[in-house]
Amino acid sequence: MDNNGSHITEYKVLIRILFILLLCTFITIEITSFDLAAFTVTAALLIAGFKSYLVLSYFMHLKYESLLLRILVSMVFLLFFVIVLITFIDYSFR
Amino acid sequence: MNNNEHISFLEHQGKYKGIFAWIFATDHKRIAFLYMYAIAAFFLVGAILGLLMRFELIAPGETIIKPQTYNGLFTVHGIIMIFMVVIPGLSAVFGNFFLPILIGAKDVSFPKLNNFSWWLFMFGSALAIATQLLKSGSPDTGWTFYAPYSTTTGTSVILATTAAFILGFSSILTGLNFIVTVHRMRAPGMRFFNMPLFPWSIYATAWIQLLATPVVGITLIMLIAERLFGIGFFNPDLGGDPVLFQHLFWIYSHPAVYIMILPAMGVITEIIPTFCQKRVYGYKAIALSSLAIAGVGFLVWGHHMYTSGMSEQARWFFSLLTFIVAVPSAIKVFNWITTMYKGSIDLKPPFIFALAFIFLFMIGGLTGLILGSVATDIQVHDTSFIVAHFHYIIFGGMGFAFFAAIHYWLPKMYGKMYNFKIANISAVSLFIGFNLLYFPQFIIGIQGMPRRYFDYFPKFQWAQVISTIGGVILVSAVILMIYNLIMGVRKGAKASANPWNGTTLEWQIPSPPSLENFDSAPIVKENPYDYN
Ligand code: HEM
Ligand SMILES: [Cu+2]
Repeated sequence: MDNNGSHITEYKVLIRILFILLLCTFITIEITSFDLAAFTVTAALLIAGFKSYLVLSYFMHLKYESLLLRILVSMVFLLFFVIVLITFIDYSFR
Repeated sequence: MNNNEHISFLEHQGKYKGIFAWIFATDHKRIAFLYMYAIAAFFLVGAILGLLMRFELIAPGETIIKPQTYNGLFTVHGIIMIFMVVIPGLSAVFGNFFLPILIGAKDVSFPKLNNFSWWLFMFGSALAIATQLLKSGSPDTGWTFYAPYSTTTGTSVILATTAAFILGFSSILTGLNFIVTVHRMRAPGMRFFNMPLFPWSIYATAWIQLLATPVVGITLIMLIAERLFGIGFFNPDLGGDPVLFQHLFWIYSHPAVYIMILPAMGVITEIIPTFCQKRVYGYKAIALSSLAIAGVGFLVWGHHMYTSGMSEQARWFFSLLTFIVAVPSAIKVFNWITTMYKGSIDLKPPFIFALAFIFLFMIGGLTGLILGSVATDIQVHDTSFIVAHFHYIIFGGMGFAFFAAIHYWLPKMYGKMYNFKIANISAVSLFIGFNLLYFPQFIIGIQGMPRRYFDYFPKFQWAQVISTIGGVILVSAVILMIYNLIMGVRKGAKASANPWNGTTLEWQIPSPPSLENFDSAPIVKENPYDYN
């Protein structure tokens, strides 16, 4: 309830995050030149997951929000992960 | 504005006049009315379609309609009742009206978005009804749109799924609005655990609306893409997997059954302490069980797919999870009964509806366990046993809770009171009609009567006849009830601010409330149900 004031992030930080994101994009492309077999998708998802973590925390200001809000958002991702996991109990055993 | 004289939100003169004061309203109370009138109209249309199916089934063979018409009827009946009546139902009507009041707020967080959600709801509903007017004919897939049939049938599936997609957006925006309202708009001094339990259930529901609905949105878009461009998501001929459709569909639609029932449980939790004049038993357990149902409810969707060809391991795992989700529901029932124990019970109409709710919800929930176990479900899957199960939960549960809520809160919403005697008669005849209509379906379901069939063996006729008679009683009772409520609003006695001697915040303000609900800061109690 006390988050009505807004937080201003320094440009320096934002630009640094931008470069990390671009680097991640580069890695996403480069990693396809290795043959990771079954882990191709996993690798791509891990990098994309890290990128969305950065976007959420810095560009969407989650890092500066209350603990409750951060927990809520993490729970959503956890739920998503569990749902995908359970779906694969079907696909991997069929 | 004159401070001494109370001006209710109904009399308040805003920017617009006449009908525009309603359809462009941003006041959460007016939006609640908009939803209520629309939903009541859709409910009556859906009920008439249901009655038509019942008349068709009164004897084996063709009686009043053709088989393909029957397929269209159960599909459109399902789409209207699920997407246009029970999913918005309690949260859009009573959630809109009472969530802000119960937490001491003057409106929801985003009033304009709230109005926009209603417009989306009406637009989606218009499209759903328009499927009836197309030459390709009413969709015939059932409300579940199972692939691959839905990817190949010639009927207007695309329009119907577009309608469901838009209705889904309305639901997402309402959910978002309510989550932010609960987080940001609570009155000073009202912490989460000072909130009454109806806001708790609306809060849990809103999370489901926000997180589950996008899944069905995507699924329906995939279906449309498959039909239009031949992309093979679901149809095996194109390299797709039809079971994937069922996964995606039920990842939304099982949580959606909790969108229906959680607010209903919330309503009942408000009514019982008021009519027992007793503090609710196990406040925290009820509040947290709402969150538990919302959370675990996301993980049990596979119980709709035991016969779909899903893997063995997934089947027993979903069965286990399904049994776990029954626990928080049982906690609530236990707490309601315990709240009644040694209370000074006052058998007014809202309480009678609440009692009917508990009874019917128990039958629905216990038969749910029969379905949750793989071994028994395989026997009764796709029989009329399923039809009976979910009507007991959805109509007997959510429907009766809606009726309980309108009898409980009508004096607050309109400032008028209805006739108790007629309300009691309608409650009892609804209960009788309901059980006559749906209980026989359990029996013939076990004996093998398939669901969604137009014809049947003569040995099932006795039950179909009883059901049809029950259906006629039920619809007549609904009409009697609505008539009584309308007469109450138009000619009834003036209701006082607190006719039931309730303790939550809505009873501290005049009936009907003023535009901004609270003229002075509300007094927040430590326990919202403090009767001492
Ligand atoms: C709480 C509110 C509930 C609602 C609103 C609800 C609603 C529904 C609906 C609509 C269906 C039919 C789906 C279809 O085939 O078209 C259904 C089926 C089913 N329900 Fe429930 N239900 C509820 C509670 C439960 C509970 C508590 C359980 C078990 C613990 C349960 C277990 C099942 C199962 C296993 C099926 C699938 C049956 C089949 O198709 O073979 N339900 N329910
Ligand atoms: Cu389910």
